[in-house]
Amino acid sequence: MAATNGHNGVGLLEKLGKLDNGKPPFGCIQCGLCAASCPLGPAMEYPPRKLILQAMAGNLDKLLTSPSLWMCVSCYACSKRCPRGIELAEELWPALRDAAMQAGHQPPAEIQETFQNVFKYGNVLGKSPRQRLQWAKDLDVRVLDLSREPRPVDVLWLVGCYPSYYPRNQVVARAFARIMTELGVSWGILGTKEKAVGECDRMFGEEGLFETLVEQNRKMFDEQDFGKIVVLDPHAFRALQSFYPRFNAWYPVQHYTVFLEEYIEQLKPLMVKPVEAVVTYHDNCCVGRRCECYDPPRQLLELIPGVKLVEMSSNRDDSLCCGGGGGGMWLDAHIVANGGRRLSDERVEQAAATGADTLAVSCPYELSRFEDAAKVTGLEGKLKVRDIIELLAESMDLGERSIA
Amino acid sequence: MNIVVVVRQVPDLIEPLEIVPSGDALDLDAASFILNESDDHALEQALLLKEAGGGSVTVVALDFGDVDNTLYTAVAKGADRIVKIACDGDTPPAPRDSAAVYAEAIKPLEAELVLVGVQAHDELDGGLSPFLAAALELPYVGVIRGVKADDAPGTVAACKEFPGAVMARMSVKLPAVLGILGADQPPRYVPVSRIRGAMKTAQFEESAATLAAGELLLSVSRLYPPAPATRAEMLSGSEEEIAGRIAEILAEKGLVK
Repeated sequence: MAATNGHNGVGLLEKLGKLDNGKPPFGCIQCGLCAASCPLGPAMEYPPRKLILQAMAGNLDKLLTSPSLWMCVSCYACSKRCPRGIELAEELWPALRDAAMQAGHQPPAEIQETFQNVFKYGNVLGKSPRQRLQWAKDLDVRVLDLSREPRPVDVLWLVGCYPSYYPRNQVVARAFARIMTELGVSWGILGTKEKAVGECDRMFGEEGLFETLVEQNRKMFDEQDFGKIVVLDPHAFRALQSFYPRFNAWYPVQHYTVFLEEYIEQLKPLMVKPVEAVVTYHDNCCVGRRCECYDPPRQLLELIPGVKLVEMSSNRDDSLCCGGGGGGMWLDAHIVANGGRRLSDERVEQAAATGADTLAVSCPYELSRFEDAAKVTGLEGKLKVRDIIELLAESMDLGERSIA
Repeated sequence: MNIVVVVRQVPDLIEPLEIVPSGDALDLDAASFILNESDDHALEQALLLKEAGGGSVTVVALDFGDVDNTLYTAVAKGADRIVKIACDGDTPPAPRDSAAVYAEAIKPLEAELVLVGVQAHDELDGGLSPFLAAALELPYVGVIRGVKADDAPGTVAACKEFPGAVMARMSVKLPAVLGILGADQPPRYVPVSRIRGAMKTAQFEESAATLAAGELLLSVSRLYPPAPATRAEMLSGSEEEIAGRIAEILAEKGLVK
């Protein structure tokens, strides 16, 4: 695996420009599997293989000024398939983007505000931190705000930016609170003090912002007494599992699909209402391809009476990214302007081709990305997009249902 | 060119604005503060001028709100000096009072060009920029949408926006104060690592200028949210009916013939 010298990737770029005892750095053999795997590669001036080639030739300036530098959506397909184990998505792209910004090259305008929002307000949506608990207003279960009422809990739940603020995702947050309460889990949240975890910032090359968030979050986490962190956002899972430890910030963390899988026996008798639906599941990139966690989400869906699970032709390792990672959530215009496809549009068409009427997801970004994509592709009304949590809560008959 | 930029903190509108029980002021304890948008443009314009023609950029601010972050960010973007003016109390002074203290702080800096945003959403008794020019006894042009070096020495070329989208390009003799509406390009993004670097290395200069409350020329008798006068009319029916009704409304208002 490629290692960075320091967190900011400078060492990595220096190493990239030097031959290692007459061999290419990292042992890149220019096989091109990375470029062939990249869903946006055909639109890139420098897809991953060419990116390494140019970097090895010392042509960093070309890379730093190319629009393709801002087109990677961190789907991890290149890293996953590289026969030499080079971590292109998690190391090379962020290092180059960081280098570009340090050299004064401006990232696409549409994403600048997002990062300024995270820096100033601690959330990607530019909302008031004081309103972070709005999702829990009038909720029928107790929400323990550990920032006001610290006490030992088994689960510190990081709600996440979209589930906290975005109305479509707030439905999921409320359902998850009900499910955890129904399961008798001892849980709490950080309330208005919670901040973004910062995975997208890091993958986009905003190392300084990520480091700021790690410092702020570590301080808050260390003030609490909890058994493990549970997140709804696969990106947050990836960051806490793999990137926070680089700053000596180690916390046990689970994505909610893995967390709930441990409660399967307890969940079984709670599934009281059938949900008649043909469901296909979209493997997200962080928990899926990068961490190979493919079974727990499917096991949860199979618990639900009435659900018929079907698979898309590209699933698990081959799942097509929704296009929202690595800052891609805010880069659609840049990607399309430079000849890229909207991956979420393609993905909903793949889902519909299975005959499914419901596309199940487990990432906060995907609800809005796929619901928008369904509208664009004429699938609105034919293909529902629902988080696994919504489907479970409906079957458990836990009050409010999806607004879809 | 030695350029001085004045930057102000204004209430951030992401928070709901609250009014104090006496009903005549904003509750600033419930507010958070951000850099005034047109001052951000003034800073950008100063940096562009420096990059094009050399010189230095000094940023001056009252020590209020989130000013430290604003000033560190300015350094990260390329400002050379950051100067803070002490500001006791929990409310920023009105533009007329602050103009005097900004002028006192700016005079020793021997500025050739002073840039400040032409508007701020908390200005009550007039804009800061003309008051500042008067206090410095310098010429002033406001509503500027871009500044470039001029052919004649000791001048800059400024674009001024007039109503009706009429633009004027004028040669401004220096020293002068310009009220900036927009820079030649949007304020730049600076990576947070640069801001963090500035936090470690940049030094504030403390101005000797002191704030004095001036004669009260204006006071607020009542502050209140605007009451809705008429509600929106929701159109219903088929697409043709709705389109027809929209056309009628536009004709009724005299917007189309």
